[in-house]
This record gives sequence, C-alpha cells and structure tokens, in this order.
Amino acid sequence: MSEQKLLEVLDCSVSYGPIQALNGVSLSVNQGEIVALLGANGAGKTTLLQTMSGLLRPTSGQVIYQGMDITGMEAEKIVEKHLIHVPEHRQIFSTMTVLDNLYLGAYHHRKTTNKQAIEENIKKVFELFPILSDRKDQMGGTMSGGQQQMLAIARGMMAEPDLLLLDEPTLGLAPLIAKDVLELVGDLRKQFGTTILLIEQNLHASLKVADRGYVISHGEIIKSGSSSELLNDPEVKEAYLGHTVH
Amino acid sequence: MQDFLQFTLTGITIGSIYAIVALGFVTIYSVTKVINLAQGEFVMLGGLTMFSLVSVGVPYWLSFIATILFVTFIGWLMENLLIRRAKGADAISLIILTIGTSIFIRGISSMVWGKDQHTVAPFTKNTPVEIGGASITPQSIWVILIMLLVVGLMYMFIDKTMLGKAFQASSVNPMAARLMGISPKRMSSFSFVLSAALGAIAGLAIAPIIFPAYDMGAMLGIKGFSAAILGGLGSAPGAVIGGLLIGLFESMGAGYISSGMKDIITFSIFLLILIIRPNGILGEKTIGKGGL
Repeated sequence: MSEQKLLEVLDCSVSYGPIQALNGVSLSVNQGEIVALLGANGAGKTTLLQTMSGLLRPTSGQVIYQGMDITGMEAEKIVEKHLIHVPEHRQIFSTMTVLDNLYLGAYHHRKTTNKQAIEENIKKVFELFPILSDRKDQMGGTMSGGQQQMLAIARGMMAEPDLLLLDEPTLGLAPLIAKDVLELVGDLRKQFGTTILLIEQNLHASLKVADRGYVISHGEIIKSGSSSELLNDPEVKEAYLGHTVH
Repeated sequence: MQDFLQFTLTGITIGSIYAIVALGFVTIYSVTKVINLAQGEFVMLGGLTMFSLVSVGVPYWLSFIATILFVTFIGWLMENLLIRRAKGADAISLIILTIGTSIFIRGISSMVWGKDQHTVAPFTKNTPVEIGGASITPQSIWVILIMLLVVGLMYMFIDKTMLGKAFQASSVNPMAARLMGISPKRMSSFSFVLSAALGAIAGLAIAPIIFPAYDMGAMLGIKGFSAAILGGLGSAPGAVIGGLLIGLFESMGAGYISSGMKDIITFSIFLLILIIRPNGILGEKTIGKGGL
C-alpha cells in the first residue's frame, strides 16, 4: 500500500464557546487505508470528523486534504473534492424516497457528471445493498435502522468519495446487523478502492476491518498504532474504552 | 342554491389568491424557518408595478413578465441585503426583520404610488359568464386557473427536478443537505426569489379585481399567513387547502351573514379549527419536520 497521505490533520483545536472539545489533535490517513478512530462518548470523535468535513471551524490548526489546505472551507465546497462525510445517526432524508436520497448523494455531480454515470453508480450501490433496490420507492424514514444506515452509506458512495468519513455506522443497531455493516465497510474498499476513516465505539469489531487506529479521549489523541497493537494494548481496553465487546 | 354557488365561486377566487400567498410563506418557512411577514408586500408590489408599467404604455403581457421579474428581484435583494447579513440570528429576530422590511416597502410604495387605489385592466374582456345561475367574471376564472397552474408547476419543480429535490432536502435535514454539497445560502436565497415570484403572480392575478393600493399587502399577508397555518405550516398542499377554506369562510360569511363581519367570521372559524387541530389540517405533530 502506498504511503501517500490523503488527509492530514495538524494540531487542530476546536471549541464550543468556552468548552474545548479538541486540543491539538493530529492524525493522518493514507491513500487506500481503513483507519479507525476510537473513543468513548464525548471524547471528541464526531467533532473531529465535523472539522474535517467543514461543518466546524477549528480555532487553530490545519486540515490538509490531497495536499490542499481545506481548513475553514465551507462543507458544501469540501464535498466537491470527494471528501464525503456520512454523519452520525444516519441523517437520511426521511420523507423522501430511497431513490431520491441516492440522487441527492450525487447532487454535487449534477454539473460535472452525465446522467448515465449517476445511473451507473445507482446500479453499483444497488449491487452492494440489494435491500435498497427492493425498497427504492419507499420513504427513507419507514425503513429499519440497519437499512437506513445502509442508505446513508450508499448515499455517501453516490458522491464517489476518495475519502469516506463514517461516523458510528453501527450506532443503535442490533449486534448482528452491526457486524454486517462493518463487513460492508471492508467491501467498500475492496470494490471501490475507497479510503475510509471510521468512527467507532466498538473496539474489536472495528479494528477487525481497520488497518490501524487512533484512540481519542477528552479531545486528545492518546494512542495510535496498527489494529493488532491496539487490540493487545491493555491500557486501551481498560482505561479508555471501559469494556470490550466480542 | 344559486346563492350558495355564487358564494362558492367568489370564495374560490379569493381563496386561490390566499393559497398562492400561503405557498409563498411555506416556501420560505420550510427552508429557512423564517416567517416572511413581508410576503403581502410582494403581492402589493405585483399589483402596483403592473399598474405603473401598463399606464406608461408597456404592452400588457410584457408588463406582466416584467412585473414578475422586478418583484422577484426585490425578493432576492431582501434575502441578500437583510436576511443573509443577519446570519446567525435566530428565527424570531429574522421574522422581526421581515416586519421592518414590510413597513419599509409599504412606506416607499406610498410615496411612489400615493395612497389611492389604482385600476388595472383585466387579462381579457371581462363580461361575466353564467354558470348554473351564478355569474363569474373571466378574471376570476383566470385567478383560479393561475392558482392551479402555480400549484402544478410547484409540484413539478419540487418533485421532479434535482433543484427541487435539493430544496426539499434542505428543508427536511439542512445538515445532511450540506454534506451532499447543497448550499443552505443558495437555497435560502432561492426560497425568497421563488416566494417573491409567487407573491407577484398573486398580485397580478388579483389586481384587476381589488384595485390595488399601497396598503393592500397587510391584510393579504395576514390572510395568506392564516391559510398557511390553517393548512399546517410547512405543508404545501395544506397551504392550498387552507387558502381555499379561508376564501370560502369569507365569502360565505359575507354572503349569508354580513359583509362587514366577514373577517370576524373568518378568523373565528380559523381559531376554532386551530383549537381542535393546533398543528393545522395537514400539519404534523412537530411543525417543520414535514418539509414541503
């Protein structure tokens, strides 16, 4: 795997008013990797992802993507650079059909790509998520949690991401379905060559698909290493993730 | 029976105007969560701009199109100069800003057009036609047709075009919409433009019937707003139903009871319905979640 850096976060700090959510965080994601960002609730994982995708502005530090400084760029502009954020809690357009949700995923392509390419992509995501094909005319909000999560990921894939940021895709899903979703994350890289940064609380399951990971706690990166290193680190297990899930 | 038919026709005519104004409210509200209380002024500007253009000799249909473009431009200006500059302000502050805008527009208009009512010629020859003993003017038929056309076009736009879907997405989930590359600023600007165009069309359609004056916007705005609330704020079909109902209450009230009391009757029924259904006829439990 090449060591070309796709995304680099350099010494980023973010605060919500007086509350400092991130404190000098640095991390990088190389082309072709699956990287897990692990940490408990409130550790700053989502804040970090939102800083990368432009929903939040850092008070200091830089976000470098494909060699470009994208710090403080508008979220809707960053999307055009194929850095795609699939937000926490799925956030699908619940009163719109599955198909409309997917078309909207390709919204930023409307000028650059021809219709045919978008239809091709829809076919591809239907192959990956056959259930969505069966339900394409159904309102997004009427599907189960797992299906909605698949729709959220599929919608993200419609944007043809070079880097996909996945925020807790297994949140609130039954364990078996959570396992399916994480396996799909691995499939995405295999089939589309997408680089993925995955936020998870579920240590074991996520490190199984990820090449390496970072552990974040109280707004700081406290550990980083390959998946096997992190899995065997007793400190990671005990102190920062509380309990392990098998 | 003949009276009933007559009052129904009158009610649907005026109700069509309220429906278009209500659609204007819904358009802006669903994307920005702002109640644009200057909506009635768009209607007034529509009527009076038409009057001025026609009286300086611009051909009728050219004036028609120019009026829509002019009022649309005012809507765009309002969003760009005021609403957008107040970025980050909460919805209540923005609503107050729209009240200020409405007073400002009304003030300027009273200087430009004076305080008198003006006459605008009807679209076509206006000899009333008889339908089952009731009479209706061709202009009223135009009003109803325009309402139907507006509703049809809005539906096509929202449901069939990519821009319309983006508009809908912005209203359902603004954060997710941004992550799809849909700019909330552009959608906000667009909602004001669309809404101003709707206002202008309503003003153009009604001008030959009600003799527009600088202060006509206030009452039309209130009625249109009531229609939007009655239908369930945020629901486009609700706005149309609400508009037609308010028009019908009004003409029935005026016809069967007293024309001096039509507003009292209309708003009494309006309040009664809201007591029974606080979220409006098609409104959802959580207002604003429904989108267009």
